[in-house]
Amino acid sequence: MLCCMVGEHEILSTPAERALTEIHLMAMRQCAIYGKGGIGKSTTTQNLVAGLAELGKKVMIVGCDPKADSTRLILHAKAQNTIMQMAADAGSVEDLELEDVLKVGYGNIKCVESGGPEPGVGCAGRGVITAINFLEEEGAYEDDLDFVFYDVLGDVVCGGFAMPIRENKAQEIYIVCSGEMMAMFAANNIAKGIVKYASSGSVRLAGLICNSRNTAREDELIMELARQLGTQMIHFVPRDNVVQRAEIRRMTVIEYDPKSKQAQEYRDLANKIIENKKFVIPTPISMDALEDLLMDFGLMDGEDESIVGKTAEEEAVAA
Amino acid sequence: MSALTREEAQALIQEVLEVYPEKAKKDRAKHLAVNDQSVEQSKKCIISNRKSLPGVMTVRGCAYAGSKGVVWGPIKDMVHISHGPVGCGAYSRAGRRNYYVGHTGVNTFGTMNFTSDFQEKDIVFGGDKKLDKLISEIETLFPLSKGISVQSECPIGLIGDDIEAVSKKKSKELNKPVVPVRCEGFRGVSQSLGHHIANDAIRDWVIGNRDGDESFQTGPYDVAVIGDYNIGGDAWSSRILLEEMGLRVVAQWSGDGTLSEMELTSKVKLNLIHCYRSMNYISRHMEEKYGIPWMEYNFFGPTKIAESLRKIAAFFDETIQANAEQVIAKYQAEYDAVIAKYRPRLEGKKVMLYVGGLRPRHVIGAYEDLGMEVVGTGYEFAHNDDYDRTIKEMGNATLLYDDITGYEFEEFVKKVKPDLIGSGIKEKYIFQKMGIPFRQMHSWDYSGPYHGYDGFAIFARDMDMTINNPCWKKLQAPWLQSSEQDATPQAASA
Repeated sequence: MLCCMVGEHEILSTPAERALTEIHLMAMRQCAIYGKGGIGKSTTTQNLVAGLAELGKKVMIVGCDPKADSTRLILHAKAQNTIMQMAADAGSVEDLELEDVLKVGYGNIKCVESGGPEPGVGCAGRGVITAINFLEEEGAYEDDLDFVFYDVLGDVVCGGFAMPIRENKAQEIYIVCSGEMMAMFAANNIAKGIVKYASSGSVRLAGLICNSRNTAREDELIMELARQLGTQMIHFVPRDNVVQRAEIRRMTVIEYDPKSKQAQEYRDLANKIIENKKFVIPTPISMDALEDLLMDFGLMDGEDESIVGKTAEEEAVAA
Repeated sequence: MSALTREEAQALIQEVLEVYPEKAKKDRAKHLAVNDQSVEQSKKCIISNRKSLPGVMTVRGCAYAGSKGVVWGPIKDMVHISHGPVGCGAYSRAGRRNYYVGHTGVNTFGTMNFTSDFQEKDIVFGGDKKLDKLISEIETLFPLSKGISVQSECPIGLIGDDIEAVSKKKSKELNKPVVPVRCEGFRGVSQSLGHHIANDAIRDWVIGNRDGDESFQTGPYDVAVIGDYNIGGDAWSSRILLEEMGLRVVAQWSGDGTLSEMELTSKVKLNLIHCYRSMNYISRHMEEKYGIPWMEYNFFGPTKIAESLRKIAAFFDETIQANAEQVIAKYQAEYDAVIAKYRPRLEGKKVMLYVGGLRPRHVIGAYEDLGMEVVGTGYEFAHNDDYDRTIKEMGNATLLYDDITGYEFEEFVKKVKPDLIGSGIKEKYIFQKMGIPFRQMHSWDYSGPYHGYDGFAIFARDMDMTINNPCWKKLQAPWLQSSEQDATPQAASA
């Protein structure tokens, strides 16, 4: 509430009032979604953002993946025109206007994609840096947004993909994972990356989102991993085919079938994120601790030194 | 007679090292030495070719500078693309004074800057398509170019562009050599690795191009001049001496040189190396692959020139040997006159040098011919084989400094008080403002040539007009000057 009347000027200028105003201005929460490639980051992000929009929140999604599939369910599009592609076509990023690249979709959700090269050429990391700098300079963050979500490519392979969690960008990180071994390895690795940036800035781990693959005791496993990482499993999203049916229609579940049970799951996740106060510097666990955890839950057999380096043929002979 | 005693020189090094933090002191101590002619291997007294310390104001260049600026750049009938953002090419354009003959922009391209002018989008999406297009445009605009080299700037290596694939494709398409050079600036500790990378690119893409082709009429006296960059015309004043003694100079590497000359070098009888540092690699390769021997020579000052001419002639028959004597005799009157004119004005003057490839040792003889003494010398980017070759050239108890820092150089100069400093543009104004005569010994201070007998006359004149310039007496306000200084000699009119 900045438009105050002259008569109220003194009241609004008390320290408490000013603090309130500042809180209101700083209320925009920036969140980044990380997780192993193929785990369902983009799908989860878009459904959750649709849930937030349904609750009246103003949200922007920034896709930080050269594949540019972070906004298709919101925009009902195959792939949005990306900042980098349009910049290349126009000559340079300075030739672009914000409205060229920022599209509005379901629930007034604002969508941008950084874009980047096809696999195997160029520098996708630099694309992310350029795109985010462009958005900042063009004032994409200045509107009264409640949330910005960065949907980032699987691994933090270089500085470019850490751009969303640098100073003054995303301060909450959600890791999408499942009860599969590699997804948990990835989650632990991402937690290591967060520790590095947490020590120099205000970025914090805000929770694990379990995107179920229907593995045994998956919820318990991820809760235990979350506990060891010093965080929480913020929500367990069960597996449901309606997600795929919605995706074929380039829609989120919330839009495609708002009455479905799955839509309610995403709404619950959205609510939990709104209420979330548990932001921590994670305590990534050692490889041994992670393997122990997997063994406890039966995902991995106990290590048998006698089989290390033995081919199938050698094993057959031994048997 | 050196400026300092061995003990004084050692104490000076210790004093200079004193200001450094412990770690820096330990590192820099290895790069500073007092010369001892009895030492056979320089590694016992000096360490070189190591990463510079941060914060010490090194004057070193980068691998791109070594490849594009030194080795490839002077090859006049090729187009050298500075592949990457615009600055590297713009700031290295035509700065080295590699003279050449030809119609620039038609059949020669030495002073032109070709760059792919990388933008943000080229970094993100890769620059291979742009390179492909750029090469086609070069072919359209400059059809008389004999080949193209792609000189990688830093980003090319960072984003993993496949310039080799583009080069192969375009080479086939245009039917002329297109040479990818991986000389990204961040590679190595100085320009030295760039020389090596450039040599390797010549080895892989050029040197064997005429293998099996016998159409070139070879002769018994074919030689190539390797590592003369024709700065101010150096290669020209060297070449005539070789030709006068009956040798045929098939190729000049790379000052005023051509692609065709480089391709023919595998057919010569002897490779003559002036700048050992930047082109020993390709000479060794030709020795291994074609059995061509190589020999280092020195064309600075009449003593070294005569020594070198006789050494080169000794490789050939008696005709050539007799010719060499005739050449020396022919020029004797000329260089005797130069010495007679300038030596009295320069006798006993002390010189400190700090340069690059070969000059910190090669010019010592020329100064000595003029009665001057080099009391300190050092290299920006030498390896230990360079210092091996330097120890015998320098007097005992003179200073040797490797990759010298701004601070060390200034402190040494304050104590040693040389009459002349020979170094580069970055050092020039600091020392001139300290009131010390200075010559740029990279670019010959826009003069030259300094090689050969003709070059020696210019060298002597330049040293005289610098040291004996009346301006050095004007650094003090007139009312502070004592009257005795009025009697100093004026520079000779050349």
